[in-house]
Amino acid sequence: MKILNKKTIFNIAIMLLAYVLVFVLINSGILSRQYKSLIVPICVNIMLAVSLNLVTGFLGELSLGHAGFMSIGAYTSALISINTSFLPPALSFFIAVVCGCILAAVFGFLIGVPVLRLRGDYLAIVTLAFGEIIKSVINYLNFTGGSKGLSKIPLYSDYNNFTVVFIIMVICIVLISNLINSRDGRAIKSIRDNDIAAESIGIKISKYKVSAFVIAAGFAGLAGSLYAHNVGIIKPNIFDYNKSIEILVFVVLGGMGNIPGSIISAIILTVLPEFLRGADNLRMLLYAIVLILMMIFNNSKFKANLSLNKTFRKLGKED
Amino acid sequence: MKKRVLLSAMALTFGLALTACGNAGSDKAADSGSKAETEAAAKVDGDVFTIGTTGPLTGSAASYGNSVKNGATVAIDEINAAGGVKVGDKTYKLALNFQDDEAKEDKAVNAYNNLMDSGINVFMGAVTSGSSLALTDLTAKDNILQITPSGSAKAITENPNVFRLCFTDPLQGKMIADFVVDQGYESVAVLYNNSDEYSTGVYEAFKEELNTAGKSDLLVNEQSFTNDDVDFTTQLTQIKASGAKLIFVPGYYEAAAYIVQQAKQQGIDAAFVGSDGWDGVLGQVTDPSAVEGAVFLSPFLASDPSAADFTKAYETAYKATPDQFAADGYDTVYVIKAAMEKAGSIESNDLIKAMTEIEVNGITGKVSFNADGEPNKEPKFVTITNGEYKLFD
Repeated sequence: MKILNKKTIFNIAIMLLAYVLVFVLINSGILSRQYKSLIVPICVNIMLAVSLNLVTGFLGELSLGHAGFMSIGAYTSALISINTSFLPPALSFFIAVVCGCILAAVFGFLIGVPVLRLRGDYLAIVTLAFGEIIKSVINYLNFTGGSKGLSKIPLYSDYNNFTVVFIIMVICIVLISNLINSRDGRAIKSIRDNDIAAESIGIKISKYKVSAFVIAAGFAGLAGSLYAHNVGIIKPNIFDYNKSIEILVFVVLGGMGNIPGSIISAIILTVLPEFLRGADNLRMLLYAIVLILMMIFNNSKFKANLSLNKTFRKLGKED
Repeated sequence: MKKRVLLSAMALTFGLALTACGNAGSDKAADSGSKAETEAAAKVDGDVFTIGTTGPLTGSAASYGNSVKNGATVAIDEINAAGGVKVGDKTYKLALNFQDDEAKEDKAVNAYNNLMDSGINVFMGAVTSGSSLALTDLTAKDNILQITPSGSAKAITENPNVFRLCFTDPLQGKMIADFVVDQGYESVAVLYNNSDEYSTGVYEAFKEELNTAGKSDLLVNEQSFTNDDVDFTTQLTQIKASGAKLIFVPGYYEAAAYIVQQAKQQGIDAAFVGSDGWDGVLGQVTDPSAVEGAVFLSPFLASDPSAADFTKAYETAYKATPDQFAADGYDTVYVIKAAMEKAGSIESNDLIKAMTEIEVNGITGKVSFNADGEPNKEPKFVTITNGEYKLFD
């Protein structure tokens, strides 16, 4: 097997193209301020959607606590960068982001070990509860600013530092898609398809379940730390279950177990509410209608026919 | 066959949406060229001074945003009907551009950038504290005057270009503590919402002021609740056991309504005192006698004779009684008008400088601003007698 097959080259080309396109749009002044301020949220949402897709789409377990892990990453990194302002910004940001990612992964492990004994609906409810527990604890603690939250977080990851955000996002996507195409990834998918059969051929179910959960939590933490350094203010209420559901909507719309789909749906659903600002009072209504239409389109025969045409078949043959 | 029709219709919709996207892109590209045109067009029917605002028009905090929007619209219509604002030798008509931020910080940033894209002269916002905090550094960078009608968190006004019309949370707590001491209550219990920054902020300042006044022994019991709680029996039982003569509830009227009714059921005969979030409590209680005699701090009273004109105009236009958010929105527009007249220009630097030199006699009281961006105005205490709001004296 070659390392650089057609598919890899194609993917690299798309990433470079996307980067150059956005870079030119930002620096040439074509993009208005409103759309410039959307670029980092888009990257953050892509990371959240792709990482949740690992748990929901590939492992096949419904997790409703993703915003909880995001909040751990956001709070950890924000506290670090606020308290290390004596360091050069790049170093301070690097430490903050890495710690945010690691701590979220640690919490993913702590929660994952007891929780992943459960399956299906039970797991969904328990992850939902854990997400709420994380939120309540942050609300109660003093050093997190309680309900006031943290403000004056240095804006290290706003659109002026788009390159950094883009690189982190690409790393996240590449790591997760490589994982899925590896032996471990196939083991994870086999658990989704039939856990008894998977166990009977010697796959350690709990090990793979926990590791997928931990990786997803870690990347959610990473996304959270980018979020915190983009907006500059975080409050526990931002990371409630509505946020978790929002991330789940990205995944469902893009298709379970479909990474390009997650990316596209995260982009569309982040831009759409801003794009509809012209509609004034009808904005959220239109947003909901478009969401329904897109879901119907996604499930339609029309799309199925579309994806069976030549190009897709060609890509399919290479696997 | 039917299905195919449906599908092609959907594909068409989708395609249309995409072309619309494309159009938006090219519009933006042509924006720099057409800006001069729109400005020229504005010249034809007089100069327009645009006030930009972000606030929640959807979501759980939507009523605040809508009230500010309606209040500000009443003021703008009044001013425009009277011929606009005279600045130097020019006359400006006012216009309002209100963008929804859902009371979320990240959306507020997008909404603010949208306002700056379309061009605003002054930023009147945001409606909620969190959104205001997220925007203060951006407005400082753009060097534009920011006046928040209702953002009460202390840190909002740290930048020199930011002012506020309402009381801060700590100031409310302090004034209520002074009120409690002045009225000579023997003991007070607090019941606050520990997941809400407004309630917590008022409570902390209240406690601190009692300590500085040397009256910390007045505070006999402190209980807390969280968002969306409806059962306060446990907390009230403990408060009852403490024998407090007064119960202080900093927070919003929804919770206050439950608390007063459950206190009555438990036979607690303590008096109630509340913060400005209590405005509207009468509409929420089923039995008005439960809130009889309660006192709360409020910047505005709709039945106050000085606000009669505003209340009437608001009721005709929106079929609702104006609340304090509407009054804040209304007054902020008049503050902006006064600043424009005083500055004699619409340059941001001149407007910011003029802010500390003006005094406006508004419906929330006579207000002037200090260099820290804080308002100087007298608090009003409102009491409920015979199921109606009255000024406390």
